[in-house]
Amino acid sequence: MAMLPQSPEPVVAPLSQPQQGAGAGTTAGLGPAALPGPALAPTPVSERPWMSLWRIFTLNRKAMVGICIVGFFFLVAIFGPFFIHRDPSALSNDVLVPPSSSHWLGTTQTGQDIFSQLVVGTRVSILWGMATGLVVTAISVLVGLCAGYLGGIVDEVLSLLINVFLVLPSFPLAVLLAAYVPFKGPLTVAVVITLTSWAYQARVLRAQTLSLRRRDFVEAARSGGESTWRIIFFEIFPNEIAIVAAGFVGTAIYVILAAAGLEFLGLGDVTVVDWGTMFYWAQNNDALLLGAWWWFAAPGLCIALLGAGLALINFGIDEVANPRLRSEARPSKRLLRQMLARSLGGGPGSETAPVGASRSLG
Amino acid sequence: MRHVLRRLGFYLVALWASITLNFIIPRLIPGDPAGALMARFQGRMTPQAIHALELQFGISHDPLWVQYIQYLGNLLHGDLGTSFTYFPTPVATVLAQELPWTLALVGTSVLISFVLGSLLGVFIAWRRGSFLDNVLPPFLTFFSAIPYFWLALIALYLLAYTLRWFPVNGGYDTSLTVALTPDFLLSALNHALLPGFTIVLASISGWMLGMRNAMITTLTEDYVLLAEAKGLKEGRVMFSYAARNAILPNVTGFALSLGFVVAGSLLTEVVFSYPGVGFALLQAAQNSDYPLLQGIFLLIALAVLGANFLADLAYLVLDPRVR
Repeated sequence: MAMLPQSPEPVVAPLSQPQQGAGAGTTAGLGPAALPGPALAPTPVSERPWMSLWRIFTLNRKAMVGICIVGFFFLVAIFGPFFIHRDPSALSNDVLVPPSSSHWLGTTQTGQDIFSQLVVGTRVSILWGMATGLVVTAISVLVGLCAGYLGGIVDEVLSLLINVFLVLPSFPLAVLLAAYVPFKGPLTVAVVITLTSWAYQARVLRAQTLSLRRRDFVEAARSGGESTWRIIFFEIFPNEIAIVAAGFVGTAIYVILAAAGLEFLGLGDVTVVDWGTMFYWAQNNDALLLGAWWWFAAPGLCIALLGAGLALINFGIDEVANPRLRSEARPSKRLLRQMLARSLGGGPGSETAPVGASRSLG
Repeated sequence: MRHVLRRLGFYLVALWASITLNFIIPRLIPGDPAGALMARFQGRMTPQAIHALELQFGISHDPLWVQYIQYLGNLLHGDLGTSFTYFPTPVATVLAQELPWTLALVGTSVLISFVLGSLLGVFIAWRRGSFLDNVLPPFLTFFSAIPYFWLALIALYLLAYTLRWFPVNGGYDTSLTVALTPDFLLSALNHALLPGFTIVLASISGWMLGMRNAMITTLTEDYVLLAEAKGLKEGRVMFSYAARNAILPNVTGFALSLGFVVAGSLLTEVVFSYPGVGFALLQAAQNSDYPLLQGIFLLIALAVLGANFLADLAYLVLDPRVR
C-alpha cells in the first residue's frame, strides 16, 4: 500500500455532467435523505487512504459524535447478550407492564421482557445490517469501477442495468421477492435487499471513475504495463475510498430501515428476535390501541439513533471531503460591500456612502 | 428532441425490465409456494380463473416463451389476475379502488415536502451559519433517520390516540358514503392530514439539505457576486440567480427518490390503516396474495417510471444545456 500514486490535484467531482443529474448523493436512506448533495470530492490521497479516513473521523465533531453512537451499538451487539440472563422469548404473567424497575422497558402482551428482546435483537439487526451493507458496497464498487474504467460495450450494458435498477422502486420489488421466497429469515431479507439496492452507489462510483480514468497516474500505470485489475483496484479504488466509505454508511442506513420495513410487514422470520420483528409483533397485537407505547418505542428509538449516528458520520465525511460545506458563515453583506468598495478604490469607511455621493459632497 | 426520445426509450426498457422481472420471479424461486397455494383454491374458482392463475405462476407445460407471450397479452388487456384476499375481485379492480387514495395522499405530501424543503434550503444557505442554519438540518435529519412507519406510529399514538386531534385510522368517516360531497371530502381531508404530515416530516430534510448544499456551491460563483454587486434586490439574486441554478440536482433527486418516498409511504398507510395501495400491500403480503403483490409492484413501477420521465422533461425546461 505504500506505493500508492499521488493524485496530482484534488479530484474534480462528477457533478459537471448535467445529464447525470444526481451526481453523488452520499446518503442513501429510505426517504430522500438519499438526496444528492453536491458531489463529493475526495481529498487527494497523500499518504495512505486509511490514514485520511482516520483523520476524517477524529478531526470532525459531527463524525466523532456519530462514531460514538454507532460504537455504542456495536458494543451492545457484541457484549450485550452476555449480560441478559432472561430468555427474550420466555412468556410470563407480567402482561403489558409499563417500564418499571423489574422490566426496564416493559413487557409485551405475552409477558416477554422488552429490554431483553431489544439487547438480543441488537446483535441480529446490527450484524445483518452491516454485513448486508458490506456486500452491497462490494457489488457497487465492482460494477461501478468496471463500468467507469472499462468503458465501451461493458459500460453500456452495466450503465443500463444500473439505471434500470435505479428507477425501479426497490422496496416494492424487495417485498415481492421476499414474499415469494419460501425460506423466511434474516438471510433472505439480506439477499433481497442486496439485489434491490446496489445500483445507487454503483452509479456514483461509475461517474467518479470516469473522471479519474484519464488522470496522469492512471495513464502512467497503463503505460507501465500494469494489469487492468491492478489499475482498477490498486490505482483508482484508493482514490475513491472516501466516497465508498460514505456510500457504505448510507447503504447501512438504508439496509437497516428496509430490513425493519420488510419484517414489519411479516416477510421476515417472525420467530427470530430483532428490531424489525419486535415491530411486527407490536403492530399485530395492536400495541397502539392498547396504549402500550413502550412496545414499539424502544426498537424504533434504537433504529432512529443508529440511523442518526450513521448520518452524522456521513456528514463528517462529506464536510472533510468537500471543504465548502463546512459550517462557516457566508461573507456578510457588509463585508461584501467593503470588499467591493476597496476594489473600487474607496476606503473601508466608504461602504455606507455610494461612490458617487462623495464627489457631490466635495 | 433527440434527448427526449432517448429518455423515452430508456423508460420503455425499464418498463420492460420490470414486467419481465414480474414474470420471472415466480418461476425462478426454488420450491413451489404458488402450487401449494393453488391447491387451496381448487374447487373455489372457475376453471378459467384457475387457468389464468396457473399462467401467472408458471404452472404450465407450455414452453417458457409461449407463457411469456400469454402473460404479455394478459397485461395488455389489463388482466392482472384474480386477487386471493379480495376473492373473486380481479386485481385490476382492487388497484383501481386503492390508487386514488394513495395518489392523493402521497402525491400531495411529496409535492409539499419538495417545495417547502427546497425553499427552506434556499433560505438557510443564504443565511449561512445563522441560528436556523445550525438548528434546522440536524433537527429534520433526525426525523428522516427515523423509520417512516415508526414516526407514523408515534405520531398516531401522540396526536390521534392520546390527544385525539386526528382520527385514529381509515381514510374517511365510515358513516359517510363514498361520493364527491363536501362532507365526504372534508372527512377525507381530515383523515389525510396526519399521514400526510408524517410523510412531509420524514422526507423534507433530504430536499432541504440537497438544496442547501447546491446553493452553497452556487453562491460562490462569480455571477452571483456580480448580481449582488449590481445591487439587485436580495430576493432576485436569491431566486433568479442562485436558486434557479442550484435546484437542478434537486429535480433529478426528486425523480430518483420518488421510489423511496412511495415505498416509505406504503408503510405509513399500513400504520394508519389508510385505504390505499400500501394497505393492500400489507394484506397481500400477509395472505401470500401473489397476484395482488405483483399487480402492486407493476403499478408502482409504472407510476415511478412515469414520474421520472416527467422530471426529465422538467429538467429539460430548467437546464438549457441538456437541450
